[in-house]
Amino acid sequence: MILPVLIVVLCLGGFASLLSERSNPDAPRWIAIITLGMEALLVAVQYTKADCIDIMTTGMSPAWFAGFNRPWIPRFGIGFHLAMDGVSLLLVALTVLLGFMAVSSSWTEIKNRQGFFFFNLLTCLAGTVGVFLSVDLFLFFFFWELMIIPMYFLISIWGHENKTYAAIKFVIFTQVSSLLLLLAIVVLAQISHNQTGAYTFDYFKLQNLKIDPDVAFWLMLGFFIAFTVKLPAVPFHTWLPDAHTQAPTGGSVILAGVMLKTGAYGLLRFVIPLFPEAAHQFAPVAMTLGAVSVLYAAMMAFSQSDLKRLIAYTSVSHMGFILLGLFSWNLISMQGAVITMLAHGISASALFMIAGALQERFHTREMGRMGGLWSTLPRLSALALFFAMASLGLPGLGNFIGEFLVLLGAFKVNVLLTSVTALVLVLSPIYSLIIIQKAFHGPLQNQSFGSDFNRRELAALGLLVLATAWLGLGPQTALNVSAPALKQLMQDNVAMEP
Amino acid sequence: MNSNQLAALAPIITQSVAVLAVMLGIAIRRSFVFTCCITAFGIIASLLALGFAWTESPVHATLLIRVDACALFFMALLLPAGLAVLGFCFDYFKDREGENEELLLLLLTALLGASVLVASSHFAAFFLGLETLSISLFVLIGYPLKQTRPLEAAIKYLILSGVSSAFLLMGMALIYAQSGELTFSGIGHFIANQPAMNVMVLSGVILIVAGLGFKLSLVPFHLWTPDVYQGAPAPITAFIATVSKGAVFVLLLRYFVSAQGYAYTPLMTVFSFIAVLSILIGNLLALLQNNVKRLLAYSSIAHMGYLLVAFIAARSITHTLAIESVTFYLVAYFITTIGAFGVVSVLSTSQTEAGDISFYRGLFWRRPWLAACFTLMLLSLAGIPLTAGFIGKFYIFTSAADGRLWGLLLAIIAGSGLGLYYYLRIIVVMSINIEATEIQPGKPNQNRISMAMLAVLTMLLFWFGIYPDLLINVIQPVSHAME
Repeated sequence: MILPVLIVVLCLGGFASLLSERSNPDAPRWIAIITLGMEALLVAVQYTKADCIDIMTTGMSPAWFAGFNRPWIPRFGIGFHLAMDGVSLLLVALTVLLGFMAVSSSWTEIKNRQGFFFFNLLTCLAGTVGVFLSVDLFLFFFFWELMIIPMYFLISIWGHENKTYAAIKFVIFTQVSSLLLLLAIVVLAQISHNQTGAYTFDYFKLQNLKIDPDVAFWLMLGFFIAFTVKLPAVPFHTWLPDAHTQAPTGGSVILAGVMLKTGAYGLLRFVIPLFPEAAHQFAPVAMTLGAVSVLYAAMMAFSQSDLKRLIAYTSVSHMGFILLGLFSWNLISMQGAVITMLAHGISASALFMIAGALQERFHTREMGRMGGLWSTLPRLSALALFFAMASLGLPGLGNFIGEFLVLLGAFKVNVLLTSVTALVLVLSPIYSLIIIQKAFHGPLQNQSFGSDFNRRELAALGLLVLATAWLGLGPQTALNVSAPALKQLMQDNVAMEP
Repeated sequence: MNSNQLAALAPIITQSVAVLAVMLGIAIRRSFVFTCCITAFGIIASLLALGFAWTESPVHATLLIRVDACALFFMALLLPAGLAVLGFCFDYFKDREGENEELLLLLLTALLGASVLVASSHFAAFFLGLETLSISLFVLIGYPLKQTRPLEAAIKYLILSGVSSAFLLMGMALIYAQSGELTFSGIGHFIANQPAMNVMVLSGVILIVAGLGFKLSLVPFHLWTPDVYQGAPAPITAFIATVSKGAVFVLLLRYFVSAQGYAYTPLMTVFSFIAVLSILIGNLLALLQNNVKRLLAYSSIAHMGYLLVAFIAARSITHTLAIESVTFYLVAYFITTIGAFGVVSVLSTSQTEAGDISFYRGLFWRRPWLAACFTLMLLSLAGIPLTAGFIGKFYIFTSAADGRLWGLLLAIIAGSGLGLYYYLRIIVVMSINIEATEIQPGKPNQNRISMAMLAVLTMLLFWFGIYPDLLINVIQPVSHAME
């Protein structure tokens, strides 16, 4: 029963903050914090109950530890079917954590129309949580689209100088690709209608469908394109640098930390399990795309002068690892992909928060106009160094574990691609250090002193430091949560085994 | 005529009586509010009469009209649409000079024509209904006599509509010359018993399609649309976009289903071309518009193209699914289009029509509820979830995928991508930050009825978008009835 509440709480919180602005302009952000607090509590309750199986889940494999199923549109066999396994639990937890970060980084940055801002923020999170939980394909698509519109408003209203262009580009990329997804979903339901005489969009039923290999390939492609646009991977990545650069900090945090993960989650949850043979056939192409994304985006990152744009490209590069890991389809690489999702969510959000803090203080994102900040802003600079190190994959921090596991797993499948991808271990220190070098070292460029991090910002980033270190030093906890779910996935889809 | 036929005709008779009552009412006392009340009462009475007719259906009330679940359902859609337009008309015209009472009379006659159209099963009823509707529309479009744009629009509509009626009559004549039948089912029998394709009948059907294409503003018969949409008063535009087009589309579907129109394969190629062209040209030209009414005109061309895809799919899939799709899409389209033009009508003053996009600058911060409502309507037109438009689009996808119309589906996807751009452009303009000083406190607006209508439409939009099951359950028997 907790699962629908997880979504409803965020929606209600959104409406509450929208309406509360009239009584007090500061109320929305407090309501957002309270809502997220409640959400965190609910997730914690769900986690503690993970061992005892919910009554609703009978009939499902033990990897799923919570479920909720109600008929929604019986005409097409659509159900309001939510379920949670280890992977979705981890991602929902990440969503809540980064929700706090988004609220914290918008605390002073957003000055006008706070009610509407936090409304969009919370509904966007609600959509994302819905995506991670739904196991009915129609419902999944519903939430998938639903999270786009609030994000569009976040970018187009509170964004920076070129916000309209970026916001529209973001929506059109994701929307057109998601129509391909809708088409594939509808055709899938149609096939089930032809075979069994009843429409169904249920994930568990559709998994058992026998699909003609040619059709399966096209359907897989529809899903794959929608998810890789969101991920994003080269060549569908061009919306991301624009959207990130123009979005307000809170929006960037959600976009990089959580939204990109929905693409990865879709690949993991739907593309491979629904079309194992087709995905296996397609794996070399997908892995190549992943490797190209990793390297190309790393090089692009190096050549940026805009700090946020640089971080955006590093996101594309890290997402390439996920693509590589998922399509290698063995337990090690998949666990690596899941850890990368979490670790990248944390490190990229932290970097965006730092970039946002700099922009709030100096009104620029150009690294050339920063320079020498270490002497005036020691705390901010130290944290930036920490997260730059995390992002380049320093052992002992989360990203290292993820990338290491991905490479380890992928090596068994494709030696050549993995070796080429490993070259990024040279490139990523370059782009990470260039941030530190240009923005924080050297002569002081900007004489207008900004204040260093205050307590709120320190607390928020401190939390992320702890989370990254925890993922890096004791990843076993997270691995244990995701292992049963991943094992179940692999069991169901033996065809992918190389 | 026996008593149950009379009962089945009750909605149409009630509307005719309402027309007379309004006419007499104007003769006795020329008061806009009073006339509005009679009109509203007439529409509500006709709605109640629908329930009366429901118990008797399906029945052939005379040779001309068949009252079945389908006809009644669409009347139940057209009449509330008329009521909503009446509400917007009230706020739009109440402060304007001149004698505006006859407008309401014409609104009722147009509704009467549309009601006859959706129930017709005979060429005579078809033509009478269509002409009653069209002739009322000429005058409605040109009602603000002292302005040039409405007059220009009315003349344009008059001429093109006349031409299209001529096409229609010629088509009917050709079919009659071959088959000797005027009823739809009679023509259906004739075609079913024909061994080979009959060229005369085929040409007749093509002429009819051309005639109806004008009314539906399908490419290449769409040239009048932007000018008429822009020129007509906003509530009347809403009426043309929904009631007129909806009724004609239902007739087209009914004609093809009962008169075996689907038997002619080459026709479907023609329709596919028309659909693709409507989707692409409608959406592409909408990109270039700076006037919201023109933009919505082009977008309505594209939406008719989407509808046509489900119509084409009916050839190869079970008719019920296709009819269900068309019906759901029409309901969603009615709600959104009336809502969108309703917002335009609320913003228009007696000096200026709120057409230009600059009118909407910062609307979010000036009139948040109105802007939110408009945003939802636009998102529904774009087919974003939570709105009825999404379920409609889902239906179209389902029918088209079932019918394996991959090319048309790709056209829909491309069209939706383009469509999103111009819908978002309006939303962007509405959300532009304006300084607080620019927000004038303004006069307390007296558009209460319009606002209430918009609130109802928005609620329906959400209801059918989130929980469409109820509507689907109503529509299913309708689709069976038409078959």
